[in-house]
Amino acid sequence: MADTESEDGVRRRDFIHIAAVGTAGVGGVFVVLPLVSQMAPSADVLAESSTEIDVSAIEPGQTVKAIFRKQPLFVRRLTPEEIVEAGETPIADLRDPETLDDRTKEGHRDMLITMGVCTHLGCVPQGAAEGEVKGEYGGYFCPCHGSHYDTAGRIRKGPAPTNLVVPEYAFTSDTIVTVG
Amino acid sequence: MIRIGGLLIGLGFTVVVLFSFLNGAYNYATEEKVGAPEYEFYKKPAKVDFQQDGPFGTWDLAQVQRGYQVYKEVCAACHSLKFVAFRDLAKIGYTEAEVRALAAEWQVPGIDPNTGEDILRPGLPTDNFPDVYPNDVAAAAANNNAIPPDLSLMAKARGDGTNYIHSLLAGYGPIPEELTAKYPDFETSTGLYFNEYFPNLNIAMAPPLTATDQVTYTDGTPATVPQMSQDVAAFLAWTAEPSLVERKQTGWPILGFLLFATILAYLSKQQIWAAVKPKKD
Amino acid sequence: MSFPWARQYEPTNGFMKFMDEKLPLPRFVYNAVGAGYPVPRNLSYFWNFGVLAGFFLMLQIVTGIVLAMHYAANAEVAFATTEHIMRDVNWGWLMRYSHANGASFFFIVVYIHIFRGLFYSSYKAPREMIWLLGVVIFLLMMATAFMGYVLPWGQMSFWGAKVITGLFGAIPLVGEPLQVWLLGGFAPDNAALNRFFSLHFLLPFVILGVVILHIWALHIPGSSNPTGVEIKKESDTLPFHPYYTAKDGFGLGVILIIFMSFVFFVPNMLGHPDNYIEANPLATPAHIVPEWYFYPFYAILRAFTFDFILSAKLWGVIAMFASILVWFFLPWLDKSPVRSGHYRPLFRKFFWFGLIPTMVVLFICGGAPAEEPYVMISQIATAYYFMHFLVILPIISSIEKPQPLPYSITESVLGTDDDAKMPAGSAATA
Repeated sequence: MADTESEDGVRRRDFIHIAAVGTAGVGGVFVVLPLVSQMAPSADVLAESSTEIDVSAIEPGQTVKAIFRKQPLFVRRLTPEEIVEAGETPIADLRDPETLDDRTKEGHRDMLITMGVCTHLGCVPQGAAEGEVKGEYGGYFCPCHGSHYDTAGRIRKGPAPTNLVVPEYAFTSDTIVTVG
Repeated sequence: MIRIGGLLIGLGFTVVVLFSFLNGAYNYATEEKVGAPEYEFYKKPAKVDFQQDGPFGTWDLAQVQRGYQVYKEVCAACHSLKFVAFRDLAKIGYTEAEVRALAAEWQVPGIDPNTGEDILRPGLPTDNFPDVYPNDVAAAAANNNAIPPDLSLMAKARGDGTNYIHSLLAGYGPIPEELTAKYPDFETSTGLYFNEYFPNLNIAMAPPLTATDQVTYTDGTPATVPQMSQDVAAFLAWTAEPSLVERKQTGWPILGFLLFATILAYLSKQQIWAAVKPKKD
Repeated sequence: MSFPWARQYEPTNGFMKFMDEKLPLPRFVYNAVGAGYPVPRNLSYFWNFGVLAGFFLMLQIVTGIVLAMHYAANAEVAFATTEHIMRDVNWGWLMRYSHANGASFFFIVVYIHIFRGLFYSSYKAPREMIWLLGVVIFLLMMATAFMGYVLPWGQMSFWGAKVITGLFGAIPLVGEPLQVWLLGGFAPDNAALNRFFSLHFLLPFVILGVVILHIWALHIPGSSNPTGVEIKKESDTLPFHPYYTAKDGFGLGVILIIFMSFVFFVPNMLGHPDNYIEANPLATPAHIVPEWYFYPFYAILRAFTFDFILSAKLWGVIAMFASILVWFFLPWLDKSPVRSGHYRPLFRKFFWFGLIPTMVVLFICGGAPAEEPYVMISQIATAYYFMHFLVILPIISSIEKPQPLPYSITESVLGTDDDAKMPAGSAATA
């Protein structure tokens, strides 16, 4: 602390203090890492992030609700009329322009797999089960804030910004779909 | 006042505890010493060198996989492993496809998707190892009233657990002659088995590993009883603490960092104190 | 704070000036653990342990909050969620092992802190209140640690809860209803587990509050020191920052190396294997022991085996609580005018050859099975424990002739003090 130290001494002294405090700071950052990462999904949650679905029993026009990552998943087999209707919808009229082909897989154009989660604020839209309100476009209707989706799960009216999300999935056989 | 009161209380406690002492000492001196075979003939687990031991140890994955095979073919008949999931097997060197196949070899409880009835279905990687018995009553009824414990944590739930598992499994044998000579009344009652590594010398578990090649190892290792017991001990060490090796490997850089930081802190402290420390001439 | 030469906080920029006017928190910190707090210049490394205890309290709170995010206090799943933390939660094993070993290290540093206070008689006037608050902190720590040990719901958790609440059952008349009330049932189950979790979460914050009072009370007379001679002038002191912050930083590094060696390499060494067996109300472990830091008190509890007017069990309970409560009266039991054990030859002998071996013996007996000769040894040690504090300490404080004290802290450090008007020896009776 004495002022009489040579310039070199001062520099060396300061260097050690800065190094010590800096190292402590680096240690503090290392401590934060596990404290933050412990809140991320745990191994058992991540392991359940893929779901297998057997679609063989789904009739045309029928929608089955499955669970994917603890959220509803709508698995819908479209009727030929619905496929035609979806194709005839002018893309330019859509808020989130996507064709049915964009939203289904080659060879399985009748299988529409979407999240059952409204893209507005996350409610579960109605229309999957028999007797539920299907909305003005015959697909899904979210009762929370009145979003209407068509049979291809595309947003047509209401506050939702985008179409129902199509998750990553693949046909592992003709009848088995692996989602996630 | 406090000091007089304290004095009286202190002497009071002392007198009372000395009464206890005299009573205990009298009993100790007058009571006949009865030796107990379980004190004299109980053996501590024998030390085995497992590759995961020590601060630098790592899993011998081939051994752990062999241990899994022993568990599946022998132990799993009675013992569950309920805190372990099939997906965890990926950590002992199985590929994702192998894990899927291994899981499917097990039957786990599920429900029929059409009727909702309870059924057994092939396991998925996300499932845990299934219970062996539906409940403790069934487990006790099937095993002469001794409930086979879950093995997930066995290696941590006994002192020196990994060695204990090995010693116990390989430690069945006849009652030694010295014991019979000293305690002629000692006997192992029906349904129990003599094992000098078990605390009271009588264990309810029948010898599970009895013959060489009881398990046919896929990697061709000769399956002697000590080999099998060591392998399953290694496997259970892993189930008890899958993060063991990761933990030790994380520890070294952290200790190194702390050592570095502490040396810096020491130098910094010495610098700060240099000016005020008395000079030693 | 009360030292006229203490440095005054001066805000260095506009923002700090604004803060100082509206909420003088920087000034508060500066005066509490900054350059504004003058500390005796001769503190030994034993004076590091107060700050270390504060560090471990914070560590326990942080890791505890993290664990509470993943744990469920329900007898059906408590053990399983603990295993979930160990196996599936990211860094969960590190959090749990840090918390479990952190409790042990909290007790280690607090024990050193307490016994430092006992040797240097830090409890004496004017520091009685600091000591009393410290004993309160220790009692709260014991309650918190006990309830925390119940949470994993292993065999030792369950039977520890049963045995310790059973102590209350020894109280005549109200004992059994009291035990049932404490547990919310006839044996530990969901009700007990849930209330223990709730209180285990609450109490650390109560401890934190009492710690703040403890430090507040410390700042009124200022820190004690190894000579026991009070601060007389500026040359006796150094500002807390940077001198003692640097020293505490180094001490923290050393203890962290030891602590982390436990966490990463032998995390279960201080625990008990039986607690990795799920709680089973139908089977008692062969040998029930509390956590190691309770061994000495557990030995005192078990030392009473003979019914003498009251039942042996009740004597044990009373003695166990009394063994800690006696600390509350220390400031008034020890009347010696000299604080530091360095200048008290008789006191020093009884401390090193009486109290410390007694604590070690009680520790060993508390962890041993309740068999002879451990019980007899623990009975002798228990007798000495009470004799030491209640009989020996008051007597030696009257009859002992202390050694000469240095005139001042400055003299003890530098060997001379120009202000010393009298020969150093005659200050002993001051």
